[in-house]
Order: sequence, then C-alpha cells, then structure tokens
Amino acid sequence: MLIVMCLAIPAKVISLKEDKAQVDFGEGVLREVNVTLVNAKVGDYVLVHAGYAIQVVEKKEALETIQLWNEILQAEPEVNI
Amino acid sequence: MKFFKQNLKSTSKKDKVECEMVEKLRFRDPKLAKRLAEKIHGIAPKDTVKICHVCGTHEWTITHFGLRNLLPANVEVIAGPGCPVCVTPASEIDEAVQLALKGVVITCFGDVLRVPGSEMSLLDAKAKGADVRIVYGVGDAVKMAEKELKKEFVFLAIGFETTAPSTAVEILNKPPENFSFLVSHRVIPPAMKLLAEMKDLNLNGFIAPGHVSTIIGLQPYEIFPKAYGMPTVVAGFEPIDVLFGVYMILKQLKKDKPRLENEYARVVRWEGNTKAQELMQKVFNVVDGGWRGLGTILSSKFTLKKEYAAYDAHLKHEVKVEHGVDIQHGCRCHQVIIGKIKPTACPLFMKACTPQKPVGACMVGIEGTCRIWAKAT
Ligand code: SF4
Repeated sequence: MLIVMCLAIPAKVISLKEDKAQVDFGEGVLREVNVTLVNAKVGDYVLVHAGYAIQVVEKKEALETIQLWNEILQAEPEVNI
Repeated sequence: MKFFKQNLKSTSKKDKVECEMVEKLRFRDPKLAKRLAEKIHGIAPKDTVKICHVCGTHEWTITHFGLRNLLPANVEVIAGPGCPVCVTPASEIDEAVQLALKGVVITCFGDVLRVPGSEMSLLDAKAKGADVRIVYGVGDAVKMAEKELKKEFVFLAIGFETTAPSTAVEILNKPPENFSFLVSHRVIPPAMKLLAEMKDLNLNGFIAPGHVSTIIGLQPYEIFPKAYGMPTVVAGFEPIDVLFGVYMILKQLKKDKPRLENEYARVVRWEGNTKAQELMQKVFNVVDGGWRGLGTILSSKFTLKKEYAAYDAHLKHEVKVEHGVDIQHGCRCHQVIIGKIKPTACPLFMKACTPQKPVGACMVGIEGTCRIWAKAT
C-alpha cells in the first residue's frame, strides 16, 4: 500500500472489536485500522488515514453531491457579462 | 448506485466493479470533466484569477489528470504549503538525526526518510548504521516498542491536522515507557492566513484541504471570505471535485459574494470530527512554529502539554536544535511552497535535483510540488 501522508482512502468496515476494525480497501485484502476517532458501524465506509479511520463517508451526501453536479451541468450555459 | 447501498455483506468482485464504475462514471468521468471545463470557461472573468490550494494531494490530482490544461489561461491554480514533510524545518529533522545517531530507534513515515536536514537526512543516518524504521502509522511504531522494551523508540510525528489526532490517540493510550514523540505537527489555517496577507501573491480564492477539514470542520476558514474577501471552497480529491471547487470559486467571484462552501460534504461536516478535536485539545498546546521556507507562523504548531512531558522526546533525551539550514544552496523551495514560482523555474529542477537525488524538501515527499511535477514531466 502506498504510504501517503495526506491521501486518506475510503474502506468498508467488515468487523469491529473495541477500538479496532477490519476494513476492506476494495482489493479484498483486509487491514486492521484504529476506529477510536469515529463512530462506525459494520458496513459503513470510513476514510482511513495512516491506519486510523478519521471520518465516516456519508452515502447520502455522496449521492447528493453527484446529483448536484448533474443539476448544475444540466442548467443553462453560463454567459459572460 | 449500488456501491453506496448500506450493509453490504461482503465485498465481492461485483462490488469492486461497481465501486470502480461509480468512480469512473462520476468522480473521474472525462465527459463530465469536459462539460465542467466548458462551464468554467463560460464563467471565467477576463482578468487573471489566482486560486491557491494547500494540499499535496490536490496538487497530485491537478497534475496527474492534467487539469490545468482544461482551465482558461487566465485562471491559475497554484500550490500552497500543503506538503507536511516539505514545511518541516531542518532543525526538527536534525533532532531526529541526532537521536538516531545516539542509538535511539527513530520511527517515521516513509516520506520523511529522505527529507534533508541541515547536514544529513534520516536515510543518511541509516546508512551510517542508525536504526531508522518506516511505519504506516504511529500505532505500528508503538507495537514495535512494546516488542523491544530494551530499546528506546521515538516517533517523529509529522503531519497536519489529519495526522495529529492519531498521535493524540496513542499518547492517551499510554505507550510503553521506552516510547516518546518528537511532535512536529503543523496547523494549516494560520499558514493560509499568511498567504492571504502576502500582498504580492494576489490570491483570489482558496481551495481548502479536504482531509484536514474532515477533522477541523469549516469554521476555521470563515475568516477568509469574511476578513479577506476570498471565496473559499473545501474540495475533495477526485478530478471532478477539484474542477467543481474551481467552478464554485469563479461563480462566487462573478457574483462578488465571497463565501465559504463545502464541495466535499460526503466526508466534511461543519463541525468536523469533534472527537478528534477533543483528543487533540487534551494533549496538545498550540504555539508559534517555524515552517521551512516560510519562517515563523503564529499559532501554527502543536506541542505536548505538560501532563504528557514523559512522552516528549525533547525532554526525555535532551535534544533541542534551534536553527537549521532550511534551504540548501540554489534550492527555491521557499518560492515553490507559496506558489510564487513553478518547479520548472528552479534552475536545479531535474538537473542537480531529481527524485533520486533531491536537493530540497519539495522534491522528496510524494506530496511535494517539485516531486509531483518531476513525475509528470
Ligand atoms: S527543484 Fe529541487 S532545488 Fe529546485 S526548488 Fe524544487 S526541491 Fe528545491
């Protein structure tokens, strides 16, 4: 795995035990991360940075962002004044 | 959009394909990027616009996906001091080198190894026989120390607010007695303030760093639209995220209504990660700190509170380097780091200074602007 300071990667929580979770980065390879900083449930996607989950990814917000993009793009073209 | 469906039982091949599909279709969709670029061209003012981001990962996305080529010539996106290892002053590397040469095991992120100190890097110290170990996170370093109780371990804690909470977690978990920290964490908003106040830089807007913001939330950026009239948008790291950030800033400029907006709502909440903030407040004080190439920035550095002095490697191992050589002869990192010049304007770029033989800190870490540009050229 790439060791990057700032690049936090989303991963799915597979199981939880105290402050540790098994997460899947989508390669089917499980990794243990520390979940002290978040309230994550099994099935949630968490953003992982240097071995620590730092936030839970909001599925609703992710979908809304995509929808917002679509709406803006479908709107009338901008005209320069 | 099944990728986001709740409670997926297993990550099958299908999920993986869906995950990749969503990324490709949306966050990385070239057609969407093109359409967005057209919108940006339509809305861009005639005058020069200078937008600054402060995250190495943003620079990576912009350079890797060639986003600058999609923007109008007068819309410039420049890289600010968003690479943690680049802004770590030489004196703090020197302290770690001194300890390493004294026989202390130094643990650090991979990016830190080649960062030049005044005279040598940790990699040079390792070549001289010092025990310097790369870890993925501070937790791994603590585990190493637990297994080798006879040796003294120090973790060189570099990074912004994204990384600082992990240091706080491990300190509060009470690491073993043979473990201590050289806390070198920096705080981003004061550096942005410095940039906003640099008259000759003439910035028109900020793309605020997405992952720092997951921790600190939006409130610390309010000052930029309010006091400096600068549109500020927190953005994610996919190409479409960054382009949208640019679009939102241009839109604000057009309306002449600078505000604070959040493009990265899927992980950044207004209040940030309050648990992380609480833990950081417990263990750290905020003090003035030196940034490589930028000088001292007020209230921009974390140090350990008195209660945790036992874990402070400065006190435990009596090491303190006041001044170091931050900029090696001929290196122009101090100008690259505020986006004043492009790496290609440095006479040493890809000549005397390459990723294999870096002269300055900006050529070392994968978030360093020179290093990112080196890969792209
Ligand atoms: S190319 Fe090398 S020497 Fe030039 S500014 Fe970048 S890091 Fe410094």
